[in-house]
Amino acid sequence: MGDAVWVLGASMTRFGRYPDLDSVDLAAQACMDALADGGTTIHDMDVLAAGSLFQPPGMGQRVQKQIGQTGIPVYNVTNACATGATALRLVYMAIKAGEAQMGLAFGVEQMGKMGLLRGGSKEEANVYEPSGRHGAVTAVDGILGTETMPGVFAQAGMEYAYENEGVGFEQFARVAFKNHQHSTLNPLAQYRKEFTMEEIMSSPVQSYPNTLLMCCPTGDGAAAAILVSEERLRSLPIDVRKRAVKISASVLTSDPWVESGQVQPDVNTLTRNAAAQAYEAAGVGPEDLDLVELHDCFATAELIHYDNLGLCERGGAGEFIDSGGPFRDGRTPVNVSGGLISKGHPIGATGVANVYEVTTHLRGEAGDRQIKGARVGLAHVIGLGSACGIHILEKSAA
Amino acid sequence: MIDENTDGTDVAVKVPTNVPIVDYLILGDDPHLVANECKECGARYFDRRNACARCGKVEFVSARVSNEATLRSFSVVHRAAPGIPVPYVSAIVQTDDGTSVRANVVGLNDPMKVELGMRVRLTTYGCGTDDIGTECMAFGYVAA
Ligand SMILES: [Zn+2]
Repeated sequence: MGDAVWVLGASMTRFGRYPDLDSVDLAAQACMDALADGGTTIHDMDVLAAGSLFQPPGMGQRVQKQIGQTGIPVYNVTNACATGATALRLVYMAIKAGEAQMGLAFGVEQMGKMGLLRGGSKEEANVYEPSGRHGAVTAVDGILGTETMPGVFAQAGMEYAYENEGVGFEQFARVAFKNHQHSTLNPLAQYRKEFTMEEIMSSPVQSYPNTLLMCCPTGDGAAAAILVSEERLRSLPIDVRKRAVKISASVLTSDPWVESGQVQPDVNTLTRNAAAQAYEAAGVGPEDLDLVELHDCFATAELIHYDNLGLCERGGAGEFIDSGGPFRDGRTPVNVSGGLISKGHPIGATGVANVYEVTTHLRGEAGDRQIKGARVGLAHVIGLGSACGIHILEKSAA
Repeated sequence: MIDENTDGTDVAVKVPTNVPIVDYLILGDDPHLVANECKECGARYFDRRNACARCGKVEFVSARVSNEATLRSFSVVHRAAPGIPVPYVSAIVQTDDGTSVRANVVGLNDPMKVELGMRVRLTTYGCGTDDIGTECMAFGYVAA
């Protein structure tokens, strides 16, 4: 018996579009459901962490107005696409530090149809004046390469293709084929439609090799989790206790210096570092994982993370997808939820929703998409800039 | 501060006919890129740094970056913000002296002719003109 931190309750809204609700409504719904799922109320919480990226400030406090203003400390968190995982880890750390026994973490985003392209819009200056850290006289996106998300992640995938055999357009497309197929079993997914390889490969190219069906959609949604100390968990009723899931590792890394990092964000090194730390902390290896939810913002990203997380041999991600390894009946099922590509990616919610998904499988409550007998799972997110969050969860007895 | 004009010449400002798109592109007869290079470890930066992100030392020198490079990655971009002509080829190249650069590959009649590992060379071209007639010079890479 140690000082582990456990997931006591978890919930997510279905991802999609909610034009009649706002982000506070979505977050409050996920929080109320997670509190009920854990047999708790907001009055049991010692700390609250709120993750969102594009919402107005003070999200945590605004949700408190909906679900209960108990005066506990609130931390509003933003950390790119790792925002939700960072909020979760903040509550984890508060419990580890002994400052809290129980806490609520949520992530939320309402994106509508804002688009994930980013990149600077090209505005012709009237008179060229150098500005910014590179003394640019005009927006450089589209002139000095791409700053769009589909393009940046396409380049991450193509660099892997350059360095390794057996990786190309077809392997990237197969990732999307798998995730769309998986999503048909998930009632919480934004899209639940299977596509053929032909349909995926011939859908409009966004940034080669990423076609439209290989890119995550924008959307709205929220997810929440209740974390509890082991000591407090043991004082709770048996029916609550037996559904709790142990957090065997909670890790957050940032990107260390690499030569190419100033022109192309490095999504590999910080994921490898986080994975190594997480496996070490949990005392498990990639071969022990019954399911993985990883950050497939684009098909090209998922493929390289097979390698970064050690799910395949070094350099073997192409062979891994071709041999069916990450399919739900394969060696290590990856993104059985449908992943960001089909489940959706309301940015702040994603890192908590991944933990919800793994937790649900470890509890044996995932319905049609249940991975039978799942005991250990990993949730991974990465945000450009960069931040990587990994949580390893285990079915265990408290 | 007062503008210096100690030699008594006319203060009329000479308008340059062109400007580089970014300050690390040096124009003239021999166009090339420059970087701030860490004196200790050799890491290169296209912008200013307070300390080297790799080793933490604080002294930098200006270094010329090689014009010859190998293409390590690319994406053919078909969807971009309004006003940006598509498709274009975005690439990450590594120069022969080991510096990664992001730029477009230009001069291909078919964007899909781009190949991983292809040899490329720096080139410059005009990419726009402002209201007083100054041309913006961009850089890109062409097949070598
Ligand atoms: Zn240095």
